[in-house]
Amino acid sequence: MSLPTVFASALRRLALPVLLVPLLAFALQGAATAQDDAPLRALVDSLAEGGFDGTERAVEALAATGDPRAVPVLEALAEGDLYDRKDGGGVFAGRRGGAGYILSDPLTGEAAGEVGRGGVDKIRVNNNLRRAVRAAIGGLTLRSPDPQQRLAAARAIFDAADPENLEIVEAALAEESDPAVAAVLAEARARTILESDAPPAEKIEAVETIRARGDREAMAMLAALAGAADDAVDPEVRAAAAAGVSAIEQRLALWEALQNVWYGLSLGSVLLLAAIGLAITFGVMGVINMAHGEMVMLGAYTTFLVQETIRTSAPELFGWSIWMALPLAFLVSAAVGVAIERGVIRFLYGRPLETLLATWGLSLILQQTVRTLFGASNKEVGAPEWMSGATQVGGLLITYNRLYIVIFSLLVFAALLAVLKRTAFGLQMRAVTQNRRMASSMGIRTPWTDAMTFALGSGIAGIAGVALSQIDNVSPNLGQGYIIDSFMVVVFGGVGNLWGTLVGAFTLGIVNKFLEPYAGAVLGKVLVLVFIILFIQKRPRGLFALKGRAVDQ
Amino acid sequence: MMGRRSVLSAAAGAALLASAALPLAAGPALAQDTIKVGILHSLSGTMAISETTLKDAMLMLIEEQNKKGGLLGKQLEPVVVDPASDWPLFAEKARELISVNEVAAVFGCWTSVSRKSVLPVFEELNSLLFYPVQYEGEESQRNVFYTGAAPNQQAIPAVDYLAEVEGVERWVLAGTDYVYPRTTNKILETYLKDQGVAAEDIMINYTPFGHSDWQSIVAEIKRFGSEGKKTAVVSTINGDANVPFYKELSNQGIEASDIPVVAFSVGEEELAGIDTAPLVGHLAAWNYFMSVYTPENEEFIKTWHAFIGDESRVTNDPMEAHYIGFNMWVKAVEKAGTTDPDAVIDAMIGVSVPNLTGGVSAMMPNHHITKPVLIGEIQDDGQFETVYETPGLVVGDAWSDFLPDSKDLIADWRKPMSCGNFNTATGKCGGKGS
Repeated sequence: MSLPTVFASALRRLALPVLLVPLLAFALQGAATAQDDAPLRALVDSLAEGGFDGTERAVEALAATGDPRAVPVLEALAEGDLYDRKDGGGVFAGRRGGAGYILSDPLTGEAAGEVGRGGVDKIRVNNNLRRAVRAAIGGLTLRSPDPQQRLAAARAIFDAADPENLEIVEAALAEESDPAVAAVLAEARARTILESDAPPAEKIEAVETIRARGDREAMAMLAALAGAADDAVDPEVRAAAAAGVSAIEQRLALWEALQNVWYGLSLGSVLLLAAIGLAITFGVMGVINMAHGEMVMLGAYTTFLVQETIRTSAPELFGWSIWMALPLAFLVSAAVGVAIERGVIRFLYGRPLETLLATWGLSLILQQTVRTLFGASNKEVGAPEWMSGATQVGGLLITYNRLYIVIFSLLVFAALLAVLKRTAFGLQMRAVTQNRRMASSMGIRTPWTDAMTFALGSGIAGIAGVALSQIDNVSPNLGQGYIIDSFMVVVFGGVGNLWGTLVGAFTLGIVNKFLEPYAGAVLGKVLVLVFIILFIQKRPRGLFALKGRAVDQ
Repeated sequence: MMGRRSVLSAAAGAALLASAALPLAAGPALAQDTIKVGILHSLSGTMAISETTLKDAMLMLIEEQNKKGGLLGKQLEPVVVDPASDWPLFAEKARELISVNEVAAVFGCWTSVSRKSVLPVFEELNSLLFYPVQYEGEESQRNVFYTGAAPNQQAIPAVDYLAEVEGVERWVLAGTDYVYPRTTNKILETYLKDQGVAAEDIMINYTPFGHSDWQSIVAEIKRFGSEGKKTAVVSTINGDANVPFYKELSNQGIEASDIPVVAFSVGEEELAGIDTAPLVGHLAAWNYFMSVYTPENEEFIKTWHAFIGDESRVTNDPMEAHYIGFNMWVKAVEKAGTTDPDAVIDAMIGVSVPNLTGGVSAMMPNHHITKPVLIGEIQDDGQFETVYETPGLVVGDAWSDFLPDSKDLIADWRKPMSCGNFNTATGKCGGKGS
């Protein structure tokens, strides 16, 4: 089972000790002058030789030329787009198309004809190679005019932590105008100093720079320094590192608590979205709707359909797909909701057990229908550009999709509240649920109000599905995962009270996220459930109980 | 009259029920002219996502075999039932297949719990089950042939690869909370500790089925990985929980070159639901990848696309396991000259057929097969690129050497031993090891 150790050790000494020295020469020399193509071309062709080892040597050699023309070649390599012609024609960039691959020259981008699938060997890349390529590109682009590229390069230099890089880092730092890039370069410089045998005074300064960085990585670096063998580190440097570790530790503990609160809010917002429609159908109307999760699922599938349509007919509108899906998902789920209410539930008002069984059956029917129509496998719902990625706020990592879902859930909540309190329909709805006969005597069409209320609850579940399609699987089982949690939130928050649902969702989210690190995800869920059971024993009507005559009905 | 009518309608009702219970593909039975093959995969419920494809793959294999003239001069007839992801229903449907439909062999099950549920049925009624999915091992039953990977054919080579090639020193063992991940992680934990990994360099994390909020766990993995040593995640996360897990990884900016994730339950089919561009470089260990370029595989993919009528459908490892298992069964039946279960079970051992990755897989005496182990990295087109392949085929080990309860056990179904759990320490058949 053991891999050839030669192979392994060859790959392990990847870093980039040798390759940046000639880079220095290049850096001092200023700009790249157009050189003879042949040696570079030969290096590019050597990428195809000798398996992962050989490719890596070629990458190092390419980086050592210091020629920026190597950058697109290296990028294509990392993307897995480089192919070697089996007929010995050399290495080309290729993409799928034509008879197999459409080739182009990786250095110049000139088209180089087509070749069948069997006519080329792909130059394979693994994670080690990708790291080597990243470091090499980092070295080659440290002087790039694009600040983003320089930032990436500075990070790669930081990760490489190679004492040999010190001079080029300092040269680049002296010229750097962008403060963000300069900061990373300063950290990279500090790290390289710590790795080198610089005098203690310089090292203590470097420790301070690293300490100011203040993240886990910095702490691990300083901890390694503080815990190093006695004769390896100057005592003053060791003391500074130890102080740095404890300072970072304190700072991180605070941020971690905040981060947990954020995770809790974000989980809470998902719970809120899933539960808010149920707060209408179950909370206000008193209908136990086990098919609520399937309304969410229908919303997610609507999003999928909208994206499919956009992909085939108007790909440039993709960023808007979520916005287009929202009203459609509302309509689809609301329509299904009306059908369910008119077709099944209205015959079962006042018979909760039968309603439960009937809607459970409906949920299975809906699931299997979707499975038959769309297939059992997950559907891919893409995230628009503005919903991908994350931002760092101090020590907090906030992912955009979660941020938008938190905001979105609050907007939906506010809109629903406005409908209930400020519109005629909301008034009728509240009247019917509080005293059906009186409302009927006052001329309100109670069956119509019932149907519309149910439609509203279902429609909101539908738009929850649009949001959940961004973080969960779009599969026929999507709804099942949320139905228990939704009931939990509504019961905990207090049946019939929207504010209760809001507070309930966020409380459960935060409690869950604070329990998770200590108890694990499985036990955490159990504990939350036990907590709710005990709570309901104490306050059977939930957090915010409705008071008044209506409650006694 | 009332009495007669109700009897009549009851009879009609019973007849209706009986015909409804008749499986989809079973027409009026022409008992002597065909050999029936049972297919026991969930077509509804949570597991339908994975198992429906296997049902289609089996139908295709049977159709192809019939084109070649069937088996023993007879046509093969598929009998499809739907156990609906309901474990007790698996046992009922298995019983129905064997005693009502009289199938010669059954191909089916996905989860370990469904397999455990049907085991007593196959033992009692003496039939054959071909189980195509990677599993936790610790089992060898006379009536079952395990064509998926045992832990030593998937988990251990993957860990070796990460340690030796990527230089990984810290390990996160993340899994869904049920028997396969728990057993696999127990095996891996012992294995890693034997290799000199310290206890504080191993983090074990379990999550419920369908877990969708991965924020704090991914953050914890990130924290664990930022303490100076190269870290990797070994994922036995199952099914639906994978998509949100990978989405969270990419959102929190964890790239494969920083903290690679090697998964044992993520194949081409699972990746079909994800945008894989941010996942490039994460790994999976299987015995087959759709991207492997061999004439057999090209042919298999072509047949599959023609059968299913959709060029975008992928093939995956359990499909290959069924391909191997089905061909082995065909060969064993030809060798035995009959479909009699006892004869076929004896004939199965030693049968070898080509697999789709260019080798020849053989059925071993412990009812597991030999397979190559491939490590692949996820590409942006949802396929895997093989980055490592074991030099030879690996023999499936039913009883792991890294669990105290099973290290003395071996399985050998050849006579005279005929034992699925022979204890080499005590020299007796049965029971757990020392």
